[in-house]
Amino acid sequence: MKKTRNSTTTTTGGGGATTAMRVIVPLQGIVQGRGGLFLGSVIPCALFYFLQLYLKGRGGRNSDEPAAPPESSPSETHLPDVSTLQRVHSRLLLSPRGTSGLAQVSSRIAKQADGPYYVGLNHAADDPYDEMNNPDGVIQLGLAENRLSLDVVQEWLADNTRESIICQDLSISGIAAFQSFDGLVELKVVVAGFMSQVIEKPMFFNPAQIVLTAGATPAIEILSFCLADPGNAFLAPSPYYPDLDRDVKWRTGVEIVPVPCRSADNFSLSTTALDRAFNQAKKRGLKVRGIIISNPSNPVGILYNREMLYSLLDFATEKNIHIISNEVFAGSTHGSEEFVSMAEIINTEGENFDRNRVHIVYGLSKDVSLPGFGIGVIYTFNENVLSAAKKLARFSPVSAPTQRLLISMLSHTKFIQRYIKINRERVRRMYILFMGGLKLLGIECTKSNGGFYCWADMSSLIRSYSEKGELELWEKLLNVAKVNATPGSSCHCVEPGWFQLCFSTLREKDIPVVIERIRRISETCISRS
Amino acid sequence: MAIEIEKPAVGLSKVAVSDTHGEYSPYFAGWKAYDENPYDELWNSSGVIQMGLAENQVSFDLLEQYLEKHSEATNWGNRTSGFRDNALFQDYHGLQSFRKAMASFMEQIRGGRAKFNPDRIVITAGATAANELLTFILADPGDALLIPTPYYPGFDRDLRWRTGVKIVPVHCDSSNNFEITPQALDAAYNEAESHNIKVKGVLITNPSNPLGATIKRSTLEEILEFVTRKNIHLVSDEIYSGSTFSGEEFVSVAEVLEARDYKESDRVHIVYSLSKDLGLPGFRVGTIYSYNDKVVTTARRMSSFTLISSQTQQLLASMLSDRTFTENYIKTNRERLKKRHQMIIDGLKNSGIECLKGNAGLFCWMNLSPLLEEPTKESELTLWKSMLHEVKLNISPGSSCHCSDPGWFRVCFANMSEQTLQVALTRIHNFMDRRKAMKSSPDFSSY
Repeated sequence: MKKTRNSTTTTTGGGGATTAMRVIVPLQGIVQGRGGLFLGSVIPCALFYFLQLYLKGRGGRNSDEPAAPPESSPSETHLPDVSTLQRVHSRLLLSPRGTSGLAQVSSRIAKQADGPYYVGLNHAADDPYDEMNNPDGVIQLGLAENRLSLDVVQEWLADNTRESIICQDLSISGIAAFQSFDGLVELKVVVAGFMSQVIEKPMFFNPAQIVLTAGATPAIEILSFCLADPGNAFLAPSPYYPDLDRDVKWRTGVEIVPVPCRSADNFSLSTTALDRAFNQAKKRGLKVRGIIISNPSNPVGILYNREMLYSLLDFATEKNIHIISNEVFAGSTHGSEEFVSMAEIINTEGENFDRNRVHIVYGLSKDVSLPGFGIGVIYTFNENVLSAAKKLARFSPVSAPTQRLLISMLSHTKFIQRYIKINRERVRRMYILFMGGLKLLGIECTKSNGGFYCWADMSSLIRSYSEKGELELWEKLLNVAKVNATPGSSCHCVEPGWFQLCFSTLREKDIPVVIERIRRISETCISRS
Repeated sequence: MAIEIEKPAVGLSKVAVSDTHGEYSPYFAGWKAYDENPYDELWNSSGVIQMGLAENQVSFDLLEQYLEKHSEATNWGNRTSGFRDNALFQDYHGLQSFRKAMASFMEQIRGGRAKFNPDRIVITAGATAANELLTFILADPGDALLIPTPYYPGFDRDLRWRTGVKIVPVHCDSSNNFEITPQALDAAYNEAESHNIKVKGVLITNPSNPLGATIKRSTLEEILEFVTRKNIHLVSDEIYSGSTFSGEEFVSVAEVLEARDYKESDRVHIVYSLSKDLGLPGFRVGTIYSYNDKVVTTARRMSSFTLISSQTQQLLASMLSDRTFTENYIKTNRERLKKRHQMIIDGLKNSGIECLKGNAGLFCWMNLSPLLEEPTKESELTLWKSMLHEVKLNISPGSSCHCSDPGWFRVCFANMSEQTLQVALTRIHNFMDRRKAMKSSPDFSSY
């Protein structure tokens, strides 16, 4: 009997007049809405039909359309176990059976991330360290959120908020009323200016190419929806930040094919690896639609130099695919290396590359200590993507009062200049202190030039050089040392033992506390010899 | 001369190129006409009056007053710890204070007849996002939701575009005031089944858009019985629940569930928003209230894609937990909407136009079928065009709401001043007079 490939759960109960001719149609047909396409052959259908009757007679449970002829005789008193209904579509095994009679939910629910990254975040949130009130709490090193310069922003807000939101000549109707979903023009203008200030170059960002969203997360998802169909794939250099899996894959049905980078190369991307990954994807039958990079990279914190960006563009041109450059940490560079935005390459080398394939994501939450005020930016050179993204922004818009506030804040260019400078200094300072502290413990970090985290090699502390060993260490760090760090395996790192340690939620005086805690458990770890 | 070989353009997805965004439909085309020639009392008194936008501007002054008096709601600089919490990691749980305030506000709107647990509230950036999110959670691509017609045109886009989910209409017609019947539900379900489409739920809007009427308790119970029987979900979009003209007539599905001790409730999910009731569409505040734990957890995680800034949450938390303000607002808003509604109903009646008996919402459902040349969609669109270009009123044709009876139109009355509404009514009156004259003059060949 042919197996039906569509989502094979039949709803039951008073379905009443189920068609006698149970149709076997390919999934494609259903999705394309070609209802009424009758392909089935009579005998399997009739068998199906009789099985349905039998299963329905069992009292309203959802049933799978089985792949094999029913093994159980009508005299059995229980339904065949799900697992015996072999060859059912893998999605079905994931979808929750629920209690009997409970309406099913989509397979997306089953595909939720619950790995160490999220467990650790929740743990730390439930038992947060506080010098005074909870000195034994968990110190959060898993959150790339910038609290280093909150006081500077706070000061500005204290002086300026009220006027910003409700301006003299702009009553509530101005902020309450319906606006276009992709952001106020004034905000786009100041954001364009801000982006230029952040990269510290007189680069022109065109406000008309900007779509504003409620954070960088929806910005990435919107681009994923626009550039790839379900079942297609993006290449992403690994290690990459854990949330990328959610942002790109969860609701879109798009796959990520990691392009492994190694410590030997300082985790920088090689075109050989890109090629290999592309070909592997092809072999798996996956159509690659684009590459997605983060620059400065997360979790490692390195910058892409000009040469590498050109190579990427060449590669994308050769394969006729897109490039998404996630530059949310552009304002948190702290080393001596120059930050080069993908936009700069396009602006200067416009003719040599097809700008229609380049899309940049930016956001204010990392650089401007404003995660609670999340604004994301899609900056694209592609008219069609711009048009689609503008419409899709309706699902993730930024509220008007927040926009007004940001317009005001970002227009205070002197304040912004001062803020960027102070923030950079503090990030740099914390980076040096933290790196230094880890070094004292014999833990080396990749030389990073951006972002507010260290990518640390803790492999000497793990018992077995494997993912298992790494997770044991992670667990020890979380539950014994009470430090939440992100294990490399959550970032798809191919080498075990690497951890991302974010220092941006710490104050300087917390660093010795962290180092001490790590030291204590490192003494109890058996080093790999 | 060498022939240039054209390289294939870098491709986009089906989602990107599809026109499921629906911006070519008349519903949106009318807006364009308005944008090009908007009415203004002083500067453009012959411009197009926008009656296709369901927004509530009748109670702005109350909001303004509140914000004037409570400037601390908009100022976080002083409270150091408050700010730190405020600017905290954009936690998708949302501020506890905001969820509490929303729960309490939703209870007040329902006259305390239903209780809402703040921990079941998931916040999203607008009801649009809430509806899409629920669709992602309740259905897979290719599955369907049953939606009674006529329905809000935006659903075609919001529920289908990225989700790949289909809408199967549940046909309601004027023979019984467009009420939803079990027969219609069954027919729609069977229609879906016959095309091998799996139905995952029913989505109702209560009070209804575009009908401007609440759903009767008995109908809600029938719908609940239907979804239970079919073992599917029920989404109740209650974004107009605070815009009923009297406090008593609106029955929320939450009340029905509470009355039956929440049996079978984990298939029910409510969508709410502040855009309509509070006249704050620019704030982009939506919520999902689900009785299903798994849905709550998943929705919360998915809300990462559609967060409300903590600043906005803070502001609204203060406002919505101020009972003096909310009680007064709800009451006053209701009265004003009722008055407006009466005004337009009377005005239309004077012009010989009947509307569906309405008791809620920011619009009325107007019956212009007697004016149609033929009872067809094409005739309706011709009439709609006349209204737009001759009478200079943008109203929404029933066909864009998938109404099976041609000739019905949705007319919004709360997004303008009373004077503007009067102008609109006068224009309609004149239009009707002209048509009467045309009909009684046999020599008149065309108008």
